[in-house]
Order: sequence, then structure tokens, then C-alpha cells
Amino acid sequence: MAKRSAPEVNAGSMADIAFLLLIFFLVTTTIEKDSGINRKLPPMEEEDQPDVIIKQKNIFTVLLNGKDQLLVEDELMEIKDLRVAAVEFLDNNGDKSCTYCQGPKDPTSSDNPDKAIISLKNERETSYAAYISVQNELVAAYNVLRNRRALQLGPQEGFREMNFVEMQQNYKDARFVGNKVKLKAVIDQIKLEFPQKLSEVQ
Amino acid sequence: MSKFKKKSEGGIPAISTASLPDIVFMLLFFFMVATVMRENSLKIQNALPVANQVEKLDKKNPVSYIYMGKPSSGYEKFGTEARVQLNDQFADLKEVGAFIISERAALREELIPFLTVALKVDKDANMGIVGDVKQELRKVNALKINYTTGVGDAMTNIK
Repeated sequence: MAKRSAPEVNAGSMADIAFLLLIFFLVTTTIEKDSGINRKLPPMEEEDQPDVIIKQKNIFTVLLNGKDQLLVEDELMEIKDLRVAAVEFLDNNGDKSCTYCQGPKDPTSSDNPDKAIISLKNERETSYAAYISVQNELVAAYNVLRNRRALQLGPQEGFREMNFVEMQQNYKDARFVGNKVKLKAVIDQIKLEFPQKLSEVQ
Repeated sequence: MSKFKKKSEGGIPAISTASLPDIVFMLLFFFMVATVMRENSLKIQNALPVANQVEKLDKKNPVSYIYMGKPSSGYEKFGTEARVQLNDQFADLKEVGAFIISERAALREELIPFLTVALKVDKDANMGIVGDVKQELRKVNALKINYTTGVGDAMTNIK
């Protein structure tokens, strides 16, 4: 008997099968969000802790009330103006000990970035969306100052034209070519110079 | 003249669909790679707010998720106020501490201090419940938290 070649398989329905799978994955796909604002909660207070006295001028109170109105240092403010106000407060340098600050050195405002504390209060009825916006602006204020400092410090250490946010990204990026140990040192120094002292009061 | 007539009789040739499977497969592979299967099925509304000063959640460290939001349609019997969801079910505030402890128990010991709690809160929820959960987290000493948000202009959160 003559050898017959195997008949060709009809591939016409392959597209249908692929479409079926495609639609399944289209429907089930949810691209998970994995970014956010990192915060550290204060530990529970112990009973016998002495009260720490902080000068009123070193505290920047931000209150978001139940109607999502913003009160900054007891005055109404729009959220869009908050960033500038916070930067001015942190950068003030009242006791002139901070060599890298450019603030107005107002003696009635914060002493130096290390002492300046932002206290964020909210009420139970405050909406989460507004709260996140305020958090975002306060983090942005710190980032403005840290970026400025990074652009001053970076070139000395060999990280030209890299602001603080980019430094952090590069530090996490496995493909980054450069001295990561040095980069970490710069990041840590900036973090120390502009510490993020943001307290969330209940 | 008849020569020309014959040519126009054919009409437009059929478009070959032989490369259609290739295109579809290409899309299929994209979605297969991009898909992250949901760990939990949500019983609450969970539209996250947006912010632009965000950091990436470090996936090398362990992450536990706590969801908060209004019960979605079909679960109206649980009320219209924002509620907490842990794993696959609605939970009470008191259960948050136990949840964190059980999450820790599942981890290798050296990773326990690095456990981050990601709060996925619906933007229409109010801070009352978020504050309560934060208080519960402080009680069990889970202090690293992350307010999970989308990326965008934060001003659009407030209408």
C-alpha cells in the first residue's frame, strides 16, 4: 500500500480558541494597584512616660474637619495652598542653626527642620479622599525640600541632576548603574536633614 | 475589448485571515502576563483615591491587606456604612488585631518586623473607621502602614 501523507489539521478554529482565552483573561484582569503613601504609626503610649514639651511655634497644626474644611494654624486654607505653607514652616530656620535652609528665619515660626513637627488632625466625619489629598500635600512639602537638598548634595557625591525622589527610585532599581552604597548614604543624610515628622492625631 | 471585461469580473479578493490567530495570541499573551489574580474577592466598594507623591509598595517585604468601604450591591443587608473586610469576609473591628497576628504567624520570623499593612480604603469612606483600624493596628504593634492609592492628581479627589 502506498504511503499516504497525514492530512493537514484544519487551523481555522484556532482563532476562536484564542479569542475565547483572550476574553477570559480580559474579563479577569484587574491590574492591582501597589503604590501608596507610606506612614509609620506611633507606638502605643506607655503609662509612665513623661510628657515631652514641644514649643507651640514648632508645631504646625493642620486640622481637617468633618466638612472637609482645612484649618491650618487655626485659619481656613485651601488645600492647594497647603504645600507652600508647609514648606515655609519647615524651611523657616528660626534659630539659624540650619545651614542649608533658605527660609525667612522668622523667630515666631519653627526653629529648624529637625524640631518642626506637622500635626495632622482629623474628625470622624472627614472623608478619606480629602484626608489623602492633605497627606499628599504634606508629603509633597517634604519632598520639595528634600529634592532641593538632593540637587545641592548630589553633584558633590557624583549624582548629578538627580532629585531625592529619583534617588530613591534609583536605589530601588536593580538596573541602576552607580555606587549604591554612596547613594544610600546621600539619601540617609537628606532624610536626617529633613526628617519627616508628621504626627497623625486621633 | 472582451479581454478587459473578463478582468473586472473577479471582484475584490477575500482578505486573508491567516494572521488573525497570531494577532489574537499576541493580545492573549499580553493579558496573561499582565494579569494578577485577585487574592480576595471584594464585597465592598473599593474605588481608591489618587495621589502623586506615592512610593511603590515593596513587594519583597510581606504585605497584608485590609479593605474598607461601603458594602457593594448584593450585600446591602450589611448596611450602608463603610465596613472592614479581611480576607474574604466582612469583619468586626475587634478582629483586626487577630488578623494581623495570624498573618504574622504565617511568616518566617525574620520577616515579621517588615510586615506592611496596606489599607485599601474607598474614597467615599470617612476617617472614623480608618482611625479605628489604625488604633487597632497600634494595639498589636503593626506600625508600618501604607495608604494604597492610585497615581494621579490629588486635587481631583475633592469635588
